[in-house]
Amino acid sequence: MPLLEVEGLAVDYGAIRAVRDVSLTVEEGELVALVGANGAGKTTTLRAISRLVPVAAGSIRLGGRDLTRLRPHEVTTLGIAHVPEGRGIFPSLTVMENLELATWLRRKDQEGLRRDFDRVFSLFPRLWDRRHQVASTLSGGEQQMLALARALLTRGRVLLLDEPSMGLAPVLVKEIFSILRELNRQGTTILLVEQNAHMALGIAHRGYVLEAGTVVLSGPGPELARSHRVKEAYLGR
Amino acid sequence: MAIFIQQLLNALQLGGIYALIALGYTMVYGVLKLINFAHGDIFMAGAFIGFFLATYLKLPFVATLLGSMVLTALLGVTVERVAYRPLREAGAPRMSLVITALGVGLFLENFTRATVGAEPRNFPRLLETAAWDLGGVALTSLQFLIIGTALALMLALRYLVRHTLVGKAMRAVADNPEILGLMGVNVDRIIIFTFVLGSTLAAAGGILYAQAYPVLDPYMGIVVGWKAFIAAVVGGIGLIDGAMLGGVILGSTEVFVAAYLPSTYRDGIAFAILILVLLLRPTGLLGRPVVKKV
Ligand SMILES: Nc1ncnc2c1ncn2[C@@H]1O[C@H](COP(=O)(O)OP(=O)(O)O)[C@@H](O)[C@H]1O
Ligand SMILES: [Mg+2]
Repeated sequence: MPLLEVEGLAVDYGAIRAVRDVSLTVEEGELVALVGANGAGKTTTLRAISRLVPVAAGSIRLGGRDLTRLRPHEVTTLGIAHVPEGRGIFPSLTVMENLELATWLRRKDQEGLRRDFDRVFSLFPRLWDRRHQVASTLSGGEQQMLALARALLTRGRVLLLDEPSMGLAPVLVKEIFSILRELNRQGTTILLVEQNAHMALGIAHRGYVLEAGTVVLSGPGPELARSHRVKEAYLGR
Repeated sequence: MAIFIQQLLNALQLGGIYALIALGYTMVYGVLKLINFAHGDIFMAGAFIGFFLATYLKLPFVATLLGSMVLTALLGVTVERVAYRPLREAGAPRMSLVITALGVGLFLENFTRATVGAEPRNFPRLLETAAWDLGGVALTSLQFLIIGTALALMLALRYLVRHTLVGKAMRAVADNPEILGLMGVNVDRIIIFTFVLGSTLAAAGGILYAQAYPVLDPYMGIVVGWKAFIAAVVGGIGLIDGAMLGGVILGSTEVFVAAYLPSTYRDGIAFAILILVLLLRPTGLLGRPVVKKV
């Protein structure tokens, strides 16, 4: 049984159907990429999974459990960790306060938290240096790291990442991607949304291509990266 | 000099009460961006609940204070659940929420009037007041108790908001409620908790107010509520320290204006200060200046 299973998902914004028919699966330990041009419905798909937008049709299951009727905090409790588009840090809180809020669900587990904080700070040493700084003063790359670190601290079973490379300089994009690959190698299951299709498919086990709210192609990552259709999507036509 | 110190104590007493109420406005604004115009009437309800506890159950001061805080918190939470949350969930525009808040306030006033009556009630004296004369300054234990209780509650709240996880969650709701949900936090609970805190402090303000000015009526929350709201705005709405500073400024203005000018000027000057501060600092004294994007 796949860890995350989306079947026939549709999402409406008012009268507009933004996502028409999305089915995808993510197995435990996999890194799966969801790529497509701007406006294809990638963000909406992730927002439906973490229950930030109403589901018009279809089902979403995590470890066999239906999520469609739940609320965002309940989905997080069950193991969805969502790093939203634009990072979604709390700008007026310090870096440390941002991280602490991610421990809400297991604030009693002091021992486990200490280990997780150690892990997060060794992955992102710059966050340790800036821990007392107000998050709005971080650079774009640092904010992305903070958002990632926060998601790791919720100890989700699946990490949903919405365009972690957005707005970052090429060298930072490389750094983020190598961190993602490393996290996945250490066992973190990832569903990665990217416009940067080539890089995403390059590190993914499998990939899905989204066009106008519908999955039009799927297959092993590197194979998809070479396909003609993806090149078109990547260029946004 | 003695008179000045005397007036200063009076100012701190009144200012402390305004600050307690202002904190409720500022916290709810902080998390929901809603001016909860029913909050002054929550203060009135807190005073009346205390009146009943003290008069009919003959409870002593501390029990009256705590009892009123608990029951008023229940009232505040009920208002949030029944009147505000359904609108929030329906995605109603902010203006509808503000109008609803005004309606809730009118309801509370008229409900109190219908059940308790419009005649003013005398709040029983719950505290033995010792008075000392210090070189012409008349100190009363009541004054110290009011100032001390207000200060202790404010410091406790300040600690809670700054240093506890739930306090951080309250500040995070202000930043981005959606993301807070993704952290596994039930945002509705944080909002309820905010109403609990605000109503609790308003009740405390009501009891302290009734000890200093022991005449209650169903409309007492209107003017006091407006002034506490002004205090919150003058200090910088959404800011805990701003509410405290604004409360003290407003209390001082009133006391000193009444001491040196005919007392009919008092409220006019209080409102003039609001306008003046907002002209000079649109985001309040402690608020971050608005940066105009060119
Ligand atoms: N809040 C919204 N209200 C109305 N339409 C929206 C909203 N968000 C996204 N859309 C529309 O839904 C479609 C999919 O958007 P989105 O999921 O953000 O795509 P992507 O993340 O792939 O760029 C687009 O046509 C977009 O204009
Ligand atoms: Mg997007």
